[in-house]
Amino acid sequence: MKKEIEFMLNEEKVIVEVEPHWTLLHLLRETLELTGAKEGCGVGECGACTVIVEGDAVNSCLYPVMEIEGKTVTTIEGLAKPDGTLHPLQQSFIENNGVQCGYCTSGMIMSAKALLDKNADPTENEIRTSISGNICRCTGYVQIVESIKHAAGSMKNTQAAQNGK
Amino acid sequence: MKGCDYYKPETVGDASRLMASLDGARYIAGGTDVMVLIKQKKLSPAHLISLRNIRELSLLDTSDGLSIGSGVTHSRIVRDAWIRDRYSALVDATQKIGSPQVRNVATVAGNICNAAPSADTACPLLVLDAKIRIAGKKGERIVAIEDFFLGPNRTILEQGEIVTAIAIPKLDENSGSAYIKHTRRKAMELPLVGIAARITLDAADRAPGWKESLRNAPNAEALPGMLEAAGIVCRDVRIAMGVVSPKPMRARKAEAALEGKVVSEALLDEIGALAASESQPRDSFRGEAWYRKDMVQVLVRRAVLMSIERIVNA
Ligand SMILES: Cc1cc2nc3c(=O)[nH]c(=O)nc-3n(C[C@H](O)[C@H](O)[C@H](O)COP(=O)(O)OP(=O)(O)OC[C@H]3O[C@@H](n4cnc5c(N)ncnc54)[C@H](O)[C@@H]3O)c2cc1C
Ligand code: FES
Ligand code: FES
Repeated sequence: MKKEIEFMLNEEKVIVEVEPHWTLLHLLRETLELTGAKEGCGVGECGACTVIVEGDAVNSCLYPVMEIEGKTVTTIEGLAKPDGTLHPLQQSFIENNGVQCGYCTSGMIMSAKALLDKNADPTENEIRTSISGNICRCTGYVQIVESIKHAAGSMKNTQAAQNGK
Repeated sequence: MKGCDYYKPETVGDASRLMASLDGARYIAGGTDVMVLIKQKKLSPAHLISLRNIRELSLLDTSDGLSIGSGVTHSRIVRDAWIRDRYSALVDATQKIGSPQVRNVATVAGNICNAAPSADTACPLLVLDAKIRIAGKKGERIVAIEDFFLGPNRTILEQGEIVTAIAIPKLDENSGSAYIKHTRRKAMELPLVGIAARITLDAADRAPGWKESLRNAPNAEALPGMLEAAGIVCRDVRIAMGVVSPKPMRARKAEAALEGKVVSEALLDEIGALAASESQPRDSFRGEAWYRKDMVQVLVRRAVLMSIERIVNA
């Protein structure tokens, strides 16, 4: 029995029919065709499905779709500007080799974004904690941590330049 | 996941009425246990009744001790500096549960209702004398955490009952607590053994400045000697152990051995050994029984010292 729900997705209002037993990940990938969030394990262990709901990183594979009614959801597709300019985190992952096969990348970036949105100047320890629920089988994590550090730095510089104007 | 209905009641009363009227329904809070069980096909409820939209359950009340509404997530406990100062053991536990993604939605109440022998918040709640508030058809009842667990994934909750809050009493000013989760990895792992302790140092006959003098311990190993020399007595001793029996348990013999006594090296060894003798760990793919017992001995000592360090450093 389908139900209609309404929520904010990447700054746009979405009204969509869902089955009440779906997860948020299912809605994103199978109905809305936003395939940035990946299904790795499907049970909360790998973080490939990470999206941001109301400012917090969550596993969309465990998030009941009915709970997003009226909420704000951000996925990796919502990070680049409409003109295609990448988010500093995306740019930094490219420049610092934070991506190998790419399967974990959108989840890593969403976890990092949830951190940087709340804490613009994180310690290495805080960065590592923020991605402790994201598994990467390729990079060994060092370049990922570097990518997040550099992104934090460049976001701070941009902020300082804007404030200086 | 096969079809199932999803309900979002806004009051506890509506939730229990729904539960009574529907066949094969299950409550869901953060869903980090329920959704996993459903996906693994170990559970197939016909209806899910969400507790996430019930306002009153999301309260954290610090007016008299601490009351944790059953909708409170682990992340909210971790962020709370007031709780960290007073109920450190609970923060030790919640900050290591799963990942940020899990902690952002999973609740403390869900952790104890699921009642895994490895549930990380169980030992801290045992040493903090937590009481569980439960709403059901017959009205409210309040149960001590020690009586709440029956065995692996089994609690005293009767059909349809809802945990509304977890209440922790106010502790003496000179109390400290700690929880040590013993794992092989730094994150995303269940404990091989979990040990919590809570101690009150009896400050009745102490001259001002007694804490400061203990703060100068050159290292943790020097602390027992300094405590012994100062002759400070331990009160309200609580020690709890997880993963070493079908349900989280208090180490009563170890507690009794320290109660009213002055900490010393010899006494720490003795209570560690007593706690190990009370534990009944099993072999599992994550760790063998003999190793778990050895770790109980080591970690009980460590958790007691950590609790005391927190008192003197407060
Ligand atoms: C990747 C991952 C890692 C994890 N790591 C850990 C870990 O390190 N340590 C640990 O202890 N646990 C861990 N867990 C288990 C789980 O996250 C915790 O047990 C969590 O606290 C459960 O809370 P929840 O709100 O998600 O519960 P839910 O899944 O919503 O519910 C759990 C059970 O309790 C019942 N229930 C929930 N709330 C109530 C209520 N108020 N009244 C009555 N019944 C209720 C539900 O019906 C269900 O049976 C992990 C889980 C995942 C997926
Ligand atoms: S797919 Fe969600 S955590 Fe692995
Ligand atoms: S880049 Fe391949 S899993 Fe991380």
